[in-house]
Amino acid sequence: MKYVDEFREPELIARTSEEIRRLADPRRHYRFMEVCGGHTHAIYRFGLKDLLPPNIELVHGPGCPVCVLPMGRIDDGLSMAASSDVIFTAFGDMMRVPGTHGSPLEYKARGADVRIVYSPADALKLARANPDRQVMFFAIGFETTAPSTALTLMRAKAERIRNFSVFSNHVTIIPAIRAILDSPDMRIDAFIGPGHVSTVIGCRPYEWIARHEGKPLVVSGFEPLDVLQSVAMLLVQLQRGEAKVENQYRRVVPWEGNRAALKAMAEVFTLRSYFEWRGMGFISQSALALSEAYAEWDAEKRFQVPGIRVTDPKAAQCGEVLKGVLKPAQCKLFGKECTPERPIGALMVSSEGSCAAYYQYEYRKSQLVSIPA
Amino acid sequence: MCLAIPGKIVSLADDPAHSALIEVAGVHRRVDVSLVEPDGIGPGDWVLIHVGFAMSKIREQDAYEQMSMLKALGETEAAMQEVRGYSTDDAEPPPKERSIP
Ligand code: SF4
Repeated sequence: MKYVDEFREPELIARTSEEIRRLADPRRHYRFMEVCGGHTHAIYRFGLKDLLPPNIELVHGPGCPVCVLPMGRIDDGLSMAASSDVIFTAFGDMMRVPGTHGSPLEYKARGADVRIVYSPADALKLARANPDRQVMFFAIGFETTAPSTALTLMRAKAERIRNFSVFSNHVTIIPAIRAILDSPDMRIDAFIGPGHVSTVIGCRPYEWIARHEGKPLVVSGFEPLDVLQSVAMLLVQLQRGEAKVENQYRRVVPWEGNRAALKAMAEVFTLRSYFEWRGMGFISQSALALSEAYAEWDAEKRFQVPGIRVTDPKAAQCGEVLKGVLKPAQCKLFGKECTPERPIGALMVSSEGSCAAYYQYEYRKSQLVSIPA
Repeated sequence: MCLAIPGKIVSLADDPAHSALIEVAGVHRRVDVSLVEPDGIGPGDWVLIHVGFAMSKIREQDAYEQMSMLKALGETEAAMQEVRGYSTDDAEPPPKERSIP
């Protein structure tokens, strides 16, 4: 455990790691899914695998918002950027995600007005400052981000800013977890629940996972000690034959979530009856569209959106990796055709994508080691 | 993008946009605090910020821990870039000349 000294509270970490070894039944193999891409990043960055016994396997989940977007949605969004009166705005994470004819950055290089914003509120400011242009915000994110888009739209409506619109690609975490549990090729023993999504939705929405699926779930923080404590809490539940939802990240996540955020989302959004996820197919009631009351600000109504469906390259196994069926390096394209410099799937672009995290922290290391002296 | 950045409230604005002036590692920016207003906030309180919106009120110690974790994750740069990226006022430079191929 040579890494332990680098962490805060090294003794506590060492003790928790010991406790995990004590709790884990050596005759069992455990598969714990960390739902959130932020956890995936932290697990690789901190080398947490080295602090767990080999029979505890961490499986990466679908909680990376740019990763789960099918290419067709990116093409749809970029189709709006082609018009000269449109300012296309998106978070920096989106900029390198490949569409069929290039990423938003490549569109920008070709002359489209593509701008990075760090907040949806800044996209609205752009609309205020450019009344003769159409400002479209390409919205992505789980429930962590959707309230910010909702509040921005409420402001746009209150101020009657009509040259602003939102292309909503907001998705919801619960249906994705359900899809994973329903998938026949998947066996998960327990879940490390997302931290920041839960600040908004709280812990209650996970209760069916414990009650009906019999799987423990612990909402977890992002520090090494948080993740280890969550693993220990899951093991205690499994040892006792229990399945319940627990909150390890109580210092940030209230059990009931954030009421103001949920209220804003309920006013501005409505559930889509289904939405396509990259590599996972159509998942019912898994995404948010703008509600009737906000139709005027809905980019899908303001512009002609082609509704493109693109099949991913056959060899790309983004779906299997998103569901946790395959590890990143098991994809045939990993490190060959698909690298962070030339990504094929979005999992290789975002720092929360498991392919990029694995490439950055594990693969390079192994490549360096394997070079013969 | 799913980073949460800790910031300290410097002052609350009395505006319809529910904004507050927030300091993150010496950088001052305006963020929307309407989602944490029900928790009761004031100057000196700490919040976690996500895409320009305060998402939760946290204790000072947790704020320091979150900052040190961002550092350990190698994300401080990205976090500060995000904070600096929040535009502070409504003035935007006029759009540049452009051409679509
Ligand atoms: S290596 Fe590339 S193509 Fe394969 S799963 Fe990862 S992102 Fe998708």
